[in-house]
Amino acid sequence: MTSARAEILEWLVQRVTAAILAVCVIVHLAVIVIAVQGGVTSKEIVARVGGSVPWLLFYSVFVVSVALHAPVGLRNILREYTSFGRRTTHWIMAAVCVLILVMGFRAVIGLYGLGA
Amino acid sequence: MKAHRNHANYWAFALHRLSGVALLFFLPAHFYVLGLAVEQAATLDMFLSWTEAPLVKLLETGLVILLAAHMTGGLRVLAIEFLAWRDWQKSVVAITGGLSVAAGLLFLLNAG
Amino acid sequence: MSSETITVEIWRGKEEGEFQTYQVPRMESQTVLDIVTYVQRNLDPGLSYRFACRVGVCGSCAMTVNGKPRWTCRTHIDKVAGDGTLRIQPLRNLPVIRDLAVDMTDFFEKWTQAKAQFVPTATRADDFAQVSPDDPQRKEASAGIECINCGVCYSACDTVAWLGDYLGPAALNRAWTLHNDVRDGGRAERLKAISGSGGCQACHSHQSCFELCPKHLNPTASIAGLKRATVKAALKGEI
Repeated sequence: MTSARAEILEWLVQRVTAAILAVCVIVHLAVIVIAVQGGVTSKEIVARVGGSVPWLLFYSVFVVSVALHAPVGLRNILREYTSFGRRTTHWIMAAVCVLILVMGFRAVIGLYGLGA
Repeated sequence: MKAHRNHANYWAFALHRLSGVALLFFLPAHFYVLGLAVEQAATLDMFLSWTEAPLVKLLETGLVILLAAHMTGGLRVLAIEFLAWRDWQKSVVAITGGLSVAAGLLFLLNAG
Repeated sequence: MSSETITVEIWRGKEEGEFQTYQVPRMESQTVLDIVTYVQRNLDPGLSYRFACRVGVCGSCAMTVNGKPRWTCRTHIDKVAGDGTLRIQPLRNLPVIRDLAVDMTDFFEKWTQAKAQFVPTATRADDFAQVSPDDPQRKEASAGIECINCGVCYSACDTVAWLGDYLGPAALNRAWTLHNDVRDGGRAERLKAISGSGGCQACHSHQSCFELCPKHLNPTASIAGLKRATVKAALKGEI
């Protein structure tokens, strides 16, 4: 892949995931506002998401979108404020993507499993 | 703020970048704490009761505002890039700011 | 009016240098270029600066005035020195040759890199191209063609400051007007040239270019158009 093509696709991935994340964040904010009434407990969280396939799917899309979205923004920042080369920033992007995926799915799948 | 940067759209960019970085740093902590539910529910509940403290609630409100600001600011960027140009850019910035603060207030009022 | 003076600080030197202070008599409808010219003719003949037409056509007299890049020939003192002080520096993001004159080589080099020149497709045997003024593409082109290459947008742009190889608002705006010229044959190659790490995707829509362009052009909107065009081309496999 040419660097021009890679650049365009990275940009596009960030924008497409941004649109998906906008929907996810609106739902997330609504859940936060509703859940915070009367305090949050682990029991409440498990009662809502445990064993729920719709919530499993929702949070999976959320985590995957963030994992693709955030590294591109981080890459821009590193490229603009540091002298890291293209290869270095790509490795950092990949590492952040994997970190978000692993930590995110650990929480999402863990909480889903508690309801089974 | 340097003179050439002192206009609404630049402030919107600065807030978008700052909120993005802040959320990226918050995310691993968020996932870690949620992961506690699986094997250490007691620790998670201890943590959750800690978040009931007024100061922590205020910090959480800040997070809600940052999340709402990054989301509304991101929609603003998408509108600039994918829709026909509109001349009311400054109003859009004001609306995104207003919505973000409103989200924070909504959270704070319900947390009370 | 003429008995009043204004205190003016002007940059002297190259990248290393210092501000020198001058007292200049105030005149009615005085421009920043008038001030600089007064200093050079009456107070300090060694002052270097660049100008030609004095009427906002040639684009040679841009400088940083109180922190913002401006075309100095059409910037009135009343508008920019409300508090009575005036600080004049060379344009940002370009190497300083001396005092207020910068080396514009990078700026024009990037126009070439962006392939921002017309590629003809017709020969002299062909008839004139018929382009309706109402044609949407023609309107897009018209919105951006009045650029005078003054470098104000390039100097205002933080992305240029942060990414050395970013092509900048002026070159990309020019690329967009050509992209909308139905007679042009260089679209595919140009879209390739304006992608990549210094290309249109690097723009963050700060809109400082739009804010400060003396011709009220909107490079941010032009660059947004290029972003969409490059995505279309990439999805079709052309880039």
